[in-house]
Amino acid sequence: MAETVLTNSGQSPARLEGWRGIAADWASDQRAFKNVSWGKAMMWIFLLSDTFIFSCFLLSYMTARMSTTVPWPNTSEVFALTIGDTHIPMILIAIMTFILISSSGTMAMAVNFGYRRDRVRTAALMLVTAAFGATFVGMQAFEWTKLITEGVRPWGNPWGAPQFGASFFMITGFHGTHVTIGVIFLIAIARKVLRGDFDVARRGFFTSRKGYYEIVEIMGLYWHFVDLVWVFIFALFYLW
Amino acid sequence: MTNAAVHMEGQLHAHAHDAVGSGAAHAKGQQHPIKLYLVVWGWLFVLSTCSFLVDYFGLHGYLRWSLILLFMVLKAGLIVAVFMHMAWERLALAYAILAPPIAVLVFVTIMVLESEYTHFLRVLFFASPS
Repeated sequence: MAETVLTNSGQSPARLEGWRGIAADWASDQRAFKNVSWGKAMMWIFLLSDTFIFSCFLLSYMTARMSTTVPWPNTSEVFALTIGDTHIPMILIAIMTFILISSSGTMAMAVNFGYRRDRVRTAALMLVTAAFGATFVGMQAFEWTKLITEGVRPWGNPWGAPQFGASFFMITGFHGTHVTIGVIFLIAIARKVLRGDFDVARRGFFTSRKGYYEIVEIMGLYWHFVDLVWVFIFALFYLW
Repeated sequence: MTNAAVHMEGQLHAHAHDAVGSGAAHAKGQQHPIKLYLVVWGWLFVLSTCSFLVDYFGLHGYLRWSLILLFMVLKAGLIVAVFMHMAWERLALAYAILAPPIAVLVFVTIMVLESEYTHFLRVLFFASPS
């Protein structure tokens, strides 16, 4: 137990190649994740558990869709929009996808500036990320409103298999909740960054260790995960 | 397109190498050039556009499904490897996080068999096949 010192801020032990390295890191009485702080390791483990939750949603959707004898609604038409006079299939979902990818890009750069201790740029990029996220949730609200007024309910819809509504509301609702929580956290952390809490080790959540901007990266992990889940939802629910 | 892909891969390798060689990448946290993120961002846009076009042109059957899955896996890989920095983490962490989701694939297999059986019974007893 003598080796519980956090090594992520200093030298990490030399690593062996491949499986030998894994065996050496996990073997005997020691920290398995040598150069990763508990905060980052726990975020990864939380994301792993979240992966299983979303997997179960997508799996139940798959099972419902594969086992029903009623045709599945044509998502290409369900999510089509008429802009001006042109009828474009799936356009709203495509825009939402691009918005979320852009938010991931700005978040990745925020992490980078965080480690360079560029407070203003980090906070600004995080707020841009939050704005993209809020836009995404707004468009999702629009989409829900549209579908509900068209008669989609968890127990039925005008176009086909009744399980469509349940799958749609459950999967996109849970994802939207994740985005919303992410936006709230982004704003909270951005405020701390902008105020310089991490530089002066101000008392409070996540800020007690001086000059320690890893929380921005941990926040980023969560945000990229939200984007990652959307990649799967987009492919498996909307496009399939 | 292939040229750019090779170029990007080369960049990724160079970085992974740096991180392993000096350990400096971890000394100051994950530090990578902004350009790398912009390149990945660009690729995510291209791949998303591709999967959108699959729907736009109304491709069907196995071609549609395999293209959708291909673009999905590529996008997921880019996000996890570069944006989430998994490419630069020690293998002990990478495998601990990336290996368990394989169980989901086993689950998928089980549920595919199960739902085919359910569908078979429904067709047999309750409904006219779709």
